[in-house]
Amino acid sequence: MKITICIGSSCHLKGSRQVVEGLQNLVAKHNLKDVVELEGTFCMGKCQTGVNVTVDGEFYSVTPDGVETFFETTVLPRIK
Amino acid sequence: MRKFDTKIQHLKYKVLRSVARHAWNDDLLQSITDIPKEIMPGKEPTMRCCVYKERAILAERVKIAMGGDKNNPNVIEVIDIACDDCPASGYYVTDTCRGCIAHRCEDVCPKHALTFDEHQKAHIDKSLCINCGKCAAACPYNAINNRKRPCENACKVKAISAGPDGSASISNEKCISCGACVYMCPFGAITDKSFILDVIDMIKKSEGNSRYKVYAVVAPSIASQFTYAKLGQVVTGIEKLGFHHAVEAALGADMVAYGEARELAEKGFLTSSCCPAFVSHVQKKYPKLAEHVSHNLSPAAMIAKYIKSTDPTCRIVFIGPCTAKKMEFRLEHVRPYIDSVITFEELQALFDSKDIDITTLNEGVLDNASYYGRIFARSGGLSDAVVEALKEQNIDFEVKPVACDGIEQCNAALLKAQVGKLDGNFIEGMACVGGCIGGAGCLTHGPKNKADVDAYGKEAMEKTISDAISIYNIGNK
Repeated sequence: MKITICIGSSCHLKGSRQVVEGLQNLVAKHNLKDVVELEGTFCMGKCQTGVNVTVDGEFYSVTPDGVETFFETTVLPRIK
Repeated sequence: MRKFDTKIQHLKYKVLRSVARHAWNDDLLQSITDIPKEIMPGKEPTMRCCVYKERAILAERVKIAMGGDKNNPNVIEVIDIACDDCPASGYYVTDTCRGCIAHRCEDVCPKHALTFDEHQKAHIDKSLCINCGKCAAACPYNAINNRKRPCENACKVKAISAGPDGSASISNEKCISCGACVYMCPFGAITDKSFILDVIDMIKKSEGNSRYKVYAVVAPSIASQFTYAKLGQVVTGIEKLGFHHAVEAALGADMVAYGEARELAEKGFLTSSCCPAFVSHVQKKYPKLAEHVSHNLSPAAMIAKYIKSTDPTCRIVFIGPCTAKKMEFRLEHVRPYIDSVITFEELQALFDSKDIDITTLNEGVLDNASYYGRIFARSGGLSDAVVEALKEQNIDFEVKPVACDGIEQCNAALLKAQVGKLDGNFIEGMACVGGCIGGAGCLTHGPKNKADVDAYGKEAMEKTISDAISIYNIGNK
């Protein structure tokens, strides 16, 4: 599974670094390093809805506070 | 508010704007010969002896705006017919000489080149004079002047001399493409080649960033530029031109500071590698010191490399204050990352070629780097960043930076380093006085530039280098 996090200016200001760190920790905690590939990209062109994240190409809007919920409701079910 | 420092810049800008306008309209080839008349209509000359000479020079400027002489590897080029063949006779006595009786000029002259006529007025025997300038410094009336060409005066690496026909001639073996002469020549006879056509072509062929994306990597010295508008408006303007997104070169600077700190601690002595004119100078004049130049890429190349790792088919254009960057991006180790380079001057011309009035635009955002990455734009910033990077990485190394402001100070430090007498272990080499904010491709240069860069640095959301570059390791944690 590939999760791409937008690290363009707008998403960066909305907390993309915190989203990245949150996902990195959760991936590590769930031992999913071999399953989930994290990567960054500069601007997905949807600055209004940032922080933008795609999971295998599908768009999601994630806030730094909502990383855990996002991981549990979107990422984990896709793996199982 | 002023857009440019000089009328020469404005003239150059008008040519670039015209060339760009026709390029966007796909009618450049048909219009090339009309551009000089578009810019200089009417029968009366405004700058030179006649309109025909003005237009002939404009035609040369058009060529340079389109990339210039392909056989000349240097991006800095002389327009010989625009050169005024300024007198360069060296020291001479003006009529301010009072014919005094002290004759301090005579006393200090090591070559006994001064003679006096029946009115006690001084004369310099040019066959003896070595242009040391001691007489000029000694004269209490400032009656002795040095007649030196502005280009030669600006060129601190001594790459310019009068050619066989009297016009300025650049030695590519010595030239570091810093652009100091470009900015200083009062006739605009030396100028930097432009790659705006490549950039326009890149944007057009991207078909609205659908075939591939075109990124702009923007130098932090932008904080002191486009002062008639807000930085956010410049960013929106860049995107309106057709760029997919603008990214701060300063994030590359954060990465460089981190790497350079480690390299310095490992090697014990290092010079920076950020300024391509400085690096070129070391290679050309101090080849023995070349191994001590940091092996890190420059900030622009570093961030470009990273962007290409996230988007391998993309194209990257560096936008900055620097003419030497136009040499750097064609080097073998940089070519894979940076596809073209334009200056702030050229960016202004591109905006206006598409009638984009940035003052009317919404404010976009540009925020990727930390304070430390951003202050690379001014002299001393890189040293501060390396000190911080050592601290953040808990590296126990006592750094003693020598921040060289301008190529003359670089020369002094390099000379000492060559004989092992430098009081320091890290040379921050910046060819332009003030650092990048003094670059020849800037629209304006002013006393507030440094403060502008520092203020911009403080606005960065990320306060530490480590936080700013944490995204660099996104997948490897």
